[in-house]
Amino acid sequence: MVLMSDPVVSLTNVQVQFGGGRIRAVDTVSLEVARGEVVALVGESGCGKTTLIRSIIGLEPLAHGSITVEGKPVGMGRGLRALRQRVQMIFQDPSGALNPRHSIYEAVAEGLRIHKVKGHEPTLVAEALAAAGLRPAERYLRRFPHELSGGQRQRVLIAAAMALQPTLLLADEPVASLDASIRGEILALMRSFVDTHGVSIIAVTHDLGLAWNIADRVAVMYLGRIVEVGPTEDVLRAPKHPYTQALLSVVPEIEGMEQQILVGETPDPSRVPAGCRFHPRCPLVASGEADRRGFGDKCRGVDLELEPEVGSHQVACHAVANG
Amino acid sequence: MSVLELQDLCVTYRTDGGPVPAVRGVNLTVEAGQTVGLAGESGCGKSTIASAVLRLLPRGTEVSGKVLLDGEDVYAMTPGRLRAVRWTSAAIVFQGALQSLNPVRRVGQQIEEAVLLHSTQSQAAARVLVGELLERVGIPAARADHYPHELSGGQRQRVLIALALACGPKLLIADEPTTALDVMVQAQVLALLEELQREEGMALLFITHDLSVLTHACQRLAVMYAGRIVEEGSSKEVFADPQHPYSRALAAAFPTIGDPISRMNPTGLAGDPPDPSALPSGCPFAPRCAVAVAECSTLDVALRHAGVGRSAACIHVDGPDV
Repeated sequence: MVLMSDPVVSLTNVQVQFGGGRIRAVDTVSLEVARGEVVALVGESGCGKTTLIRSIIGLEPLAHGSITVEGKPVGMGRGLRALRQRVQMIFQDPSGALNPRHSIYEAVAEGLRIHKVKGHEPTLVAEALAAAGLRPAERYLRRFPHELSGGQRQRVLIAAAMALQPTLLLADEPVASLDASIRGEILALMRSFVDTHGVSIIAVTHDLGLAWNIADRVAVMYLGRIVEVGPTEDVLRAPKHPYTQALLSVVPEIEGMEQQILVGETPDPSRVPAGCRFHPRCPLVASGEADRRGFGDKCRGVDLELEPEVGSHQVACHAVANG
Repeated sequence: MSVLELQDLCVTYRTDGGPVPAVRGVNLTVEAGQTVGLAGESGCGKSTIASAVLRLLPRGTEVSGKVLLDGEDVYAMTPGRLRAVRWTSAAIVFQGALQSLNPVRRVGQQIEEAVLLHSTQSQAAARVLVGELLERVGIPAARADHYPHELSGGQRQRVLIALALACGPKLLIADEPTTALDVMVQAQVLALLEELQREEGMALLFITHDLSVLTHACQRLAVMYAGRIVEEGSSKEVFADPQHPYSRALAAAFPTIGDPISRMNPTGLAGDPPDPSALPSGCPFAPRCAVAVAECSTLDVALRHAGVGRSAACIHVDGPDV
């Protein structure tokens, strides 16, 4: 793993378990995010990507491993309030995240009060709304969530998050519930905060197009573990893990790539297969290629973690490890 | 004869806040065995069209124009005839599989009920058919005894497809069938629809906001905005070379991975879709349009010919009106 000099967030061998250890939702994940970097965390439902980012703001206790934000360990007790100002979160469904009886002004001002942000509150609120593209801000202050469109509501949540000047923004499927034409606008807004404020973003998504649009790096998760990580161009244009390859092959925009539709349902984290956790769905194993090339037994029997690769592109796959 | 033909279809909802024109003069044809895509954002009227085809709109909704299923006017049918036509001539797969299935009944029973209502088969024969239908959509027949909550999202969506296929419809209307699903499961469901359409010779009207999915799955494509079709043509051409600025924005919304232009450059469309109860005068897209000219605020352009088998409703298209 490439060690960064000054990561905003650093996860080391993080494990999150549910059901008394029966379910390993996040299983030994290490990841660092640099200042001003956007990392897309990609994977299917149930792969643990949302659990992973929840653990960064102390919403999930760690079974093993550690997380530091700006060098300070994330614990469960004291210090959480300060942490939750530095780390902000936005969600998939902006309607559910806003209190329907609070005006837009209140929605943004609440965080400022909780965290006792210095300054003239009405000015801070208006500035935050304007920065999130709700201009003129005065037009929105007294309105209520139901009077806004889905895209505008997501802008309110981004304004409320950015008003606290976080160093890290965690975005859980930030555009999945928005209309196609609104999607790009919100992504552009998120990227603009990176470029102007130097905020770092971890965006959880199943949308590889989002990663291509705004992310510096992509981390692909499968059953609680990162199976491939690297610069966006490398991972999306030259994927090495069969799972990443399959995910890319079913994106309708990519022409000329043979579709590899994986059979079966999204895997169950309470029953992690032995060996490489992807092997029951892996095309290399199913086609017998893994056996022909002599590493099939490893796929079925040997669990593996990310191995250092050329540059900073890392993969957890026996096919790659065995040339 | 076309399986489905919409002639100048208008649908106006009656609400406490006054009439809301959701569909404003739509002409659309789906031929036997053809897949037609209907694209557009929330509130553009695309789901209203799905409901209008089988007269599933709320009571009091005003409908004018014609809906012809196999040449027969749906709005002139007697209640008995309408009941016969639903499911046998056309069936709908709605989005949100969890809400569409009865949570306290086994999925097999729900399919069986549809079969028994629409045919004279015995219960035993219907049960065999249910098993076949489930196998057809890739679910083990034994799952017929399961309740909806015991199935995954992808499986529930497959059950809905099996349900729609129960009476061998000539036309399947799929309204956002994959929106709530994961990428891999979405690909599975799309492949299934494609296979069914090919093997059963069924016509498919595919409704979604994701233009890239439609381009993949459909031969023809109609793009809707504010209750009207603003562009129509072969799906490859509409996606690769859109003539209407709205289709252009939709096509650009989902980036092509590997394309340097969209790298670190998300593109969207400023503004929000118009409120159907308060449409702007002139072209309804003008307030969000990057290439609007002065006339656009007063002139509402109808669909114009824009090449072979293509049309677009934009002042910048030179062809004669369709």
